[in-house]
Amino acid sequence: MSSNETILNSFRSGPDEEGAFGHFGGRFVAETLMPLILELEEAYETAKKDPDYARELNDLAKHYAGRPSPLYFAPRLTEHFGGAKIYFKRDELNHTGSHKINNTLGQILLAKRMGKKRIIAETGAGQHGVATATVAARFNMECVVYMGATDIERQAPNVFRMKLLGATVIPVTAGTGTLKDAMNEALRDWVANVESTFYLIGTAAGPHPYPAMVRDFQSVIGNEVREQIMEAEGRLPDSLVACIGGGSNAIGLFHPFLDDKGVDIYGVEAAGKGVETGEHAASLNGGKPGVLHGNRTYLLQDDEGQITDAYSISAGLDYPGIGPEHSWLKEQGRVNYVAVTDNEALDAFQLCTKLEGIIPALEPAHALAFVEKLAPTLSRDHLLVMNMCGRGDKDVFAVAGYLGVGL
Amino acid sequence: MIETRIDRRFAALKNEGRAAFVAFVTAGDPDTKTSLELMKKLPSAGADVIELGMPFSDPMADGPAVQYSSQRALKAGQTMAKTLDMVREFRKTDKETPIILMGYYNPIYVYPADKFLADASAAGVDGLIIVDLPPETDNELCLPAGDVGINFIRLATPTTDEKRLPAVLRNASGFLYYVSIAGITGTAPPDPAVVHEAVAAIKQSTDLPIAVGFGVKTRQQVSDIARGADGVVVGSAIVSAIADGLDSNGLATRETIERPLALVQELSRGVFDILDG
Repeated sequence: MSSNETILNSFRSGPDEEGAFGHFGGRFVAETLMPLILELEEAYETAKKDPDYARELNDLAKHYAGRPSPLYFAPRLTEHFGGAKIYFKRDELNHTGSHKINNTLGQILLAKRMGKKRIIAETGAGQHGVATATVAARFNMECVVYMGATDIERQAPNVFRMKLLGATVIPVTAGTGTLKDAMNEALRDWVANVESTFYLIGTAAGPHPYPAMVRDFQSVIGNEVREQIMEAEGRLPDSLVACIGGGSNAIGLFHPFLDDKGVDIYGVEAAGKGVETGEHAASLNGGKPGVLHGNRTYLLQDDEGQITDAYSISAGLDYPGIGPEHSWLKEQGRVNYVAVTDNEALDAFQLCTKLEGIIPALEPAHALAFVEKLAPTLSRDHLLVMNMCGRGDKDVFAVAGYLGVGL
Repeated sequence: MIETRIDRRFAALKNEGRAAFVAFVTAGDPDTKTSLELMKKLPSAGADVIELGMPFSDPMADGPAVQYSSQRALKAGQTMAKTLDMVREFRKTDKETPIILMGYYNPIYVYPADKFLADASAAGVDGLIIVDLPPETDNELCLPAGDVGINFIRLATPTTDEKRLPAVLRNASGFLYYVSIAGITGTAPPDPAVVHEAVAAIKQSTDLPIAVGFGVKTRQQVSDIARGADGVVVGSAIVSAIADGLDSNGLATRETIERPLALVQELSRGVFDILDG
């Protein structure tokens, strides 16, 4: 444990004025974008203090997205694991099927306030692309989604969904055709259309103010859990578990609890075929600090600082970086970052479906695979909350393929 | 800061009454040996300043031509050490042509930065253009570079307004690189009249020479831009000529060197047009 921990009064005060969490985060972008990044920061700071903005966002969260999402006690999995009492935060029940809508609603309202008419986004699994296309339809804005050609192939239903919603989906063949390449291409679009366009980033990463802003929008998850667990159990949880790609659902669950010393927190990365094989997406467990996509954070890279490809069965976790606040929380020792493999996640996917009647997305199936390891080691009065951040409908074809079932 | 080759070259060209022709190639494209040979021949073909790209896996500010160029170099095994070796080799026979390394921060950050600056300085590098290090990050590399006598070239863009310009100029040295369009490299050609106006406006606030780049592909464009700037940068067109000279397996041929050199000879004549009236 670092000596910083005893000095810090709070884990919740970041970022500083430069957008830094310790030495992570920051604003590493081309000069063309700098004026806009500063304008965005100002617009967000103003909006945060505006009760009308909060009212509009809360109203949409409630009536459009379906918040609050339930906190559900999972009796059969609790029994099956034979340890901690397991709760799911049901963010897969949100409109569009994941936590992504919490963020896209917040950002599109900001885009509207800034007078932007055109929205661009990057997407991996397509969940953020769908959530962006959805709010763009709702607010009558042009929407362009960049998606890696490889991901388009493995997430065909989400591609069609985005098109139905009126978005233009642009396949990205540069690089390896996955999420990082989609983000590069979105940045190239933004730089060329900086006056008209709002870049709606899907995870708690990128240049300041995105990591803080996306975290704030996703913190509704943790704030609701605080209230709901008090109601259900009369006390705070003992453990929190969430999966991590870029880390937006995780930071949303964790952040409201960071200063509650009694709450153990676990972030679960995708170990793919195993961190030791090199084929994984575990930036914190298998990467090192670097600078990409506007922020300093842990990255998958070679000795030359070239970014390497992430791999995971889950397209939503398949990103070689991670939000900078997670990098900082790792170095502070406040959050434990672990990793589970494709196969462990596939097993958890099936177990959850059979025992609870909930088909999880492959992303939270990673979180559940870790719960499966952790829960049996804990006592029966230990309260564990896992974020069920997405539903698995989008993944059933891919899972069938992995299990060798023809559909 | 002490006078660098960049300062001397721009001062000399100002006396000549013409703009600098700045040629960009990616180090190690399509392989280190061919790239070094090409680099050595650039000055006699007409390059007053050489911008040497440090290849990166994720060149976010670059269009397809430079992206492919970067990928070719990485595929052929280019490393930062090899790039610095190229500069060292070049310097054995050319003591005066300024060399600017251009790229993204991560390969420098992991090198790491202090060692990179020492090695770059020793190799004979004169300036750096690091796309993703805006003035807000000057402590990272810009200020330490100045300490070892390397110019940190700043980018000003069409989005750099009066409010922003002082921050851009604060620690700038060598010259100012005016990005002629809001966009990525190698796309739309700039409108010379608009560019001249922007350059003139910036000159109210700085004595630094101003070079203009992004989207310049033809001799006529070079000639037009050069009439209202201190330098013209051509990159994508040159690396496209490298690509055009590869064989069907992507390997170097004589054409891989001759095509880009012929292009540099042709385009660089544009900076002399002003002397002919």
